[in-house]
Amino acid sequence: MHVIGAAGLASSVPLAALQAGWMDSKGFTSAPPSEDAVTPRGYATSFNNFYEFGTDKNDPAELGSRLTTEPWNVEVAGLVGKPGTYDIEDLLAGVDLEERIYRLRCVEAWSMVIPWIGFPLKTLLERFNPLGSAKYVAFTTLYRPEEMPGQRSYFSSIKYPYVEGLRLDEAYHPLAIMAVGMYGQVLPNQNGAPLRLVVPWKYGFKSIKSIVRIELTETRPRTTWNLTASNEYGFYANVNPTVHHPRWSQGSERRLPSSLFNGNRKISTRMYNGYEEVAGLYAGMNLRLNY
Amino acid sequence: MLVGWDVAVEIRSPGSVFGADPAEAIVDLLGTWTIRLLLITLSISTVARIVKRPKIVTLRRTVGLWTFVYACIHFTAYFALLAEFSISAWLEDFSERTYITAGMTALMLLIPLAVTSTRNWQRRLGLRWRKLHALIYPAAMAALLHVLWAAKASFLDVFIYGLALAILFGERIVVRIRRRASKGAMSR
Ligand code: HEM
Repeated sequence: MHVIGAAGLASSVPLAALQAGWMDSKGFTSAPPSEDAVTPRGYATSFNNFYEFGTDKNDPAELGSRLTTEPWNVEVAGLVGKPGTYDIEDLLAGVDLEERIYRLRCVEAWSMVIPWIGFPLKTLLERFNPLGSAKYVAFTTLYRPEEMPGQRSYFSSIKYPYVEGLRLDEAYHPLAIMAVGMYGQVLPNQNGAPLRLVVPWKYGFKSIKSIVRIELTETRPRTTWNLTASNEYGFYANVNPTVHHPRWSQGSERRLPSSLFNGNRKISTRMYNGYEEVAGLYAGMNLRLNY
Repeated sequence: MLVGWDVAVEIRSPGSVFGADPAEAIVDLLGTWTIRLLLITLSISTVARIVKRPKIVTLRRTVGLWTFVYACIHFTAYFALLAEFSISAWLEDFSERTYITAGMTALMLLIPLAVTSTRNWQRRLGLRWRKLHALIYPAAMAALLHVLWAAKASFLDVFIYGLALAILFGERIVVRIRRRASKGAMSR
């Protein structure tokens, strides 16, 4: 279990507000210590992929400050009883925040361990009264080329805005969360402020950042990396050491930060990134075809 | 050499230069310098022709050898830091990952060039030496494919290298056509 007691009890810690005023009054339930050593914050906030800011790993940290996250609205559309545009403050009203320490496995064969602060995605989706016909949920990242230089690149094969999606039963799995913070603070821009998805049993690119739109659909959404190179990136993108990728061996990963000569901290990659409890979602499916 | 300095600083305070993933950062940096040196090698004779200073061509051997040295260090960095000295990991990459296949091809094509770069070999091979050293062209193509296939979604670097290569190849074709034309004119 990740939750110790309900928010508001003694274990609740105030969330340090960086720039977002709406966070002031919020606290979160901290996670019990994890078996994995948490990646030092500086690495997780200075080395990541957020192609909207550029394709180098340090581009998001260097250019992310250009993004304005206030005000922030999320459009909710599709097969829901309560569509509309919601201010982030409304989305978070009455939500209990909790810390979850998750392994993050990038498709590029590196990984980190990050303490997120968020709440179950299911809690959020249910507030919009999904219709019975809804089978999938699609998320869209902000499209704002003035603030996101990567979206202006002429040499990118990615079509923006970035779209990701989940099957609804995946989205309802208790491990899938919407995050608003990490390391006890609100999300820095480079890590997907102010609202991002975290799905720890899938490769990192599924965990879409800076979400401005949520749509429930009957048909499977066309997701960005799948459209960019469908032979490399599938819709499911579950971490799976037995399905090889044309670019990276997925049998092992380098736990970052690695250092040059004290060994590279290469470790074996685990099925579903070690979150075996999600296996039931894929019972009977051919995971080689549904990569 | 600059890379060497960076590596030294990195060892003293990990994370300070190459970030969270020094292994990949170093491999990338060395690869970038390898292809730059390769393009510089190819441009020396072009520059010599344009500024009409044939003497410059004597630099080509040195720069060419440095290209080879960087290619070897780039490969060694890959083998040590990413493949972690595992021959099976290397063979798997070689057979399953087209960008590694292309990179290895480029490196192999450079080996005979480095070996026969001495005056002695040049004399021994005579006319065949020129033919052999035309291997630099397929090597450059393989290197370009390596970078192209390694790229995920951003093609600016590949575009610049490709454009440079196209200009250098184009200049040679033009020179050939002109030479042939002037020979034809003389024999008429
Ligand atoms: C003449 C030969 C070669 C040249 C000119 C070359 C050039 C390059 C360049 C420019 C990059 C940087 C790409 C970037 O910045 O993202 C690169 C990356 C790389 N090269 Fe090479 N390379 C050569 C041979 C090799 C060989 C023989 C191997 C290994 C067998 C190799 C393995 C790699 C790897 C693993 C990367 C990192 C790819 C990534 O960033 O994911 N290269 N190379």
